[in-house]
Amino acid sequence: MALIELDLAHAYRADPQRDEDYALLPLKMAFRDGGAYALLGPSGCGKTTMLNIMSGLLTPSQGTVKFDGRDVTRQTPQQRNIAQVFQFPVIYDTMTVAENLAFPLKNRKVPATEIRERVGRIAEMLEMSHQLDMRAAGLSADQKQKISLGRGLVRPDVSAVLFDEPLTVIDPHLKWQLRRKLKQIHHELKLTLIYVTHDQIEALTFADEVVVMSRGRAVQVGTAEALFERPEHTFVGHFIGSPGMNFLPASGEGMGVRVLDRLLPVPGRSLPAGALRLGIRPEYLDLGLDGEAGTLPARVSRVQDIGTSTMLTCEAGGHTLKVRLAAERHAPAVGDTVHLRLIDTHTCFYQDERLIP
Amino acid sequence: MQLSLEHVGKTVGPEVHLYPLSLSLVPGAVTVLLGATQAGKTSLMRIMAGLDSASSGRVSVDGRDVTRASVRERNVAMVYQQFVNYPSMTVAQNIASPLKLRGEKDIDRRVRELAERLHIDPFLDRLPAELSGGQQQRVALARALAKRAPLMLLDEPLVNLDYKLREELRDELTALFASGDSTVVYATTEPGEALLLGGHTAVMDAGELLQYGPTAEVFHAPQSIRVARAFSDPPMNLLPAEVVEGGVQLPGGALWAVDLPPAAPRQLVLGVRAGALRPQRRDGDLALAGQVELAEIAGSDTYVHLHSPVGELVAQLTGVHNLDLGTALTLHLDPRQVFVFDAAGPLLRAAQRHRSGGRA
Repeated sequence: MALIELDLAHAYRADPQRDEDYALLPLKMAFRDGGAYALLGPSGCGKTTMLNIMSGLLTPSQGTVKFDGRDVTRQTPQQRNIAQVFQFPVIYDTMTVAENLAFPLKNRKVPATEIRERVGRIAEMLEMSHQLDMRAAGLSADQKQKISLGRGLVRPDVSAVLFDEPLTVIDPHLKWQLRRKLKQIHHELKLTLIYVTHDQIEALTFADEVVVMSRGRAVQVGTAEALFERPEHTFVGHFIGSPGMNFLPASGEGMGVRVLDRLLPVPGRSLPAGALRLGIRPEYLDLGLDGEAGTLPARVSRVQDIGTSTMLTCEAGGHTLKVRLAAERHAPAVGDTVHLRLIDTHTCFYQDERLIP
Repeated sequence: MQLSLEHVGKTVGPEVHLYPLSLSLVPGAVTVLLGATQAGKTSLMRIMAGLDSASSGRVSVDGRDVTRASVRERNVAMVYQQFVNYPSMTVAQNIASPLKLRGEKDIDRRVRELAERLHIDPFLDRLPAELSGGQQQRVALARALAKRAPLMLLDEPLVNLDYKLREELRDELTALFASGDSTVVYATTEPGEALLLGGHTAVMDAGELLQYGPTAEVFHAPQSIRVARAFSDPPMNLLPAEVVEGGVQLPGGALWAVDLPPAAPRQLVLGVRAGALRPQRRDGDLALAGQVELAEIAGSDTYVHLHSPVGELVAQLTGVHNLDLGTALTLHLDPRQVFVFDAAGPLLRAAQRHRSGGRA
């Protein structure tokens, strides 16, 4: 296992000039030995580029990759001792489950007794012990992907295990089990795990720290809690949460803030004048009373029963806001006017897309 | 249009892909086909489209038998998981193709209108390959909408798109479907997506249609343990229980005073949705004690996996809860929030719905 340090940039074209020319803008980042990380972002954000640079499939156009202080920038994945798990199962259909799991160890000339012990342990963790003698060919896509995960985790001496959207082919129910397994395996084996995904639930639940990426830039690195409660950038507010944070144009005015022609008091804060954005998550946006200070009237345009809660879509001054209400709360009807409590301890303010501390 | 299936089944060689099922789709509304992979969703859609013929039973459209009519003879639009566009045609030509085929006038205006609705109007002159996955799928959707077919079939149309893009496009699609111009069938593996789409839901499992009804009603009153399992994410907690004097007994010995319907069998399964469990106790609550195996913080919710005498439990708690492995935790729930199933499968009593659900 290794501490991984990146100090680099990557452009797929020669002589990059503008920001858009870079797949990864210049960045410095360290991944702790034994940590679980996720790289999260939409397609084209640079997360797969970053993963491929760490694995050694791609050499960065500038800068260095270090493992425990050693420069490995030009080393292959084998030389770096990296294990990888991809989106689709990469296994040998003609081999049994046990032979598939043993393969990465055999390749590295691990003694047979050690192989047996390790394969047995991984199979038990993944609840595949009863399938060890079965041919891989007869298994479902789900089960095959489980073998791929096992193969990624089977070697105890790897520098890191890299996962590239590993749960894509898995049905929702098995996803629950596998996510939990991965987490437990991480607790037990203490491997350095790096996980690329566009799925926020997978990223937030898997990782100790999530790197949120957009357009070749890491916009915030933080725990699930930090990303949810205090998004440092409007992109993070929007991207994390489902639906994401609500935003409204605002401007600071004395001890309050002006939002859509209403002056709302913001106790204990003094906000800068000029163009701001107010951000509040659907989970924290609550309904107040008519005439209550700090509220904004809005018209309900849609009410959805989403099982464990009710989702309201509201319109105010040409802006759409989502409100997530607990199921036991009385929900208004479409066409009703509601009074949204915009100011709360969870309300965030942004200037030039950056959080005002 | 009224699409009806009567005792429609499909077998391929010795394999049963669909057990005979009957289903009349609500005209002008969305029907979600919900089920895991291999549940039979795609097989059913292909029969609805006329791409495959049923091995048994009858398919009718507005009372007319179309069982043997091929896809060409039916007026159907289809969108697949994989973005299917004409690679050598521009986006505009792609969208225009069904309009041209029908010899419509005013094609340019229609194309522009559809492109605007799906936010791809800046790319009308580009080739599909020059667009991102999300944009390509929007082109396929625009082309399907251009057909103005009375029946629109969408087979997991968003599955290959980014999570966030899925959210946006799903929202836009529900608004488009709300016009009621087409009867829409939408296949998905995700319970959460079914709830967001609303409309009606047909729950499928292993080639069987298990239940069909308004989406929220199916969710709040699943007819059987199988439906409950298929229509829950996180998975519903299912606890074996035995009827005893004064209530039910759970594994580990806990005795719960749960209202039972008359003539309940002795062996039951109690269903508890992850969201019904909470750390705060209220009067009259039932309690479940255990140790935390894992707390997954997902932002708005924390999923707590609990090891308890009644079995492994999952709780969905609102907000962020930092709980270390091994922490002792007692979760509480309102006894009215318990689903009671006959251990053999059928629902005996659903959890009580809240006022906002519309029914007492």
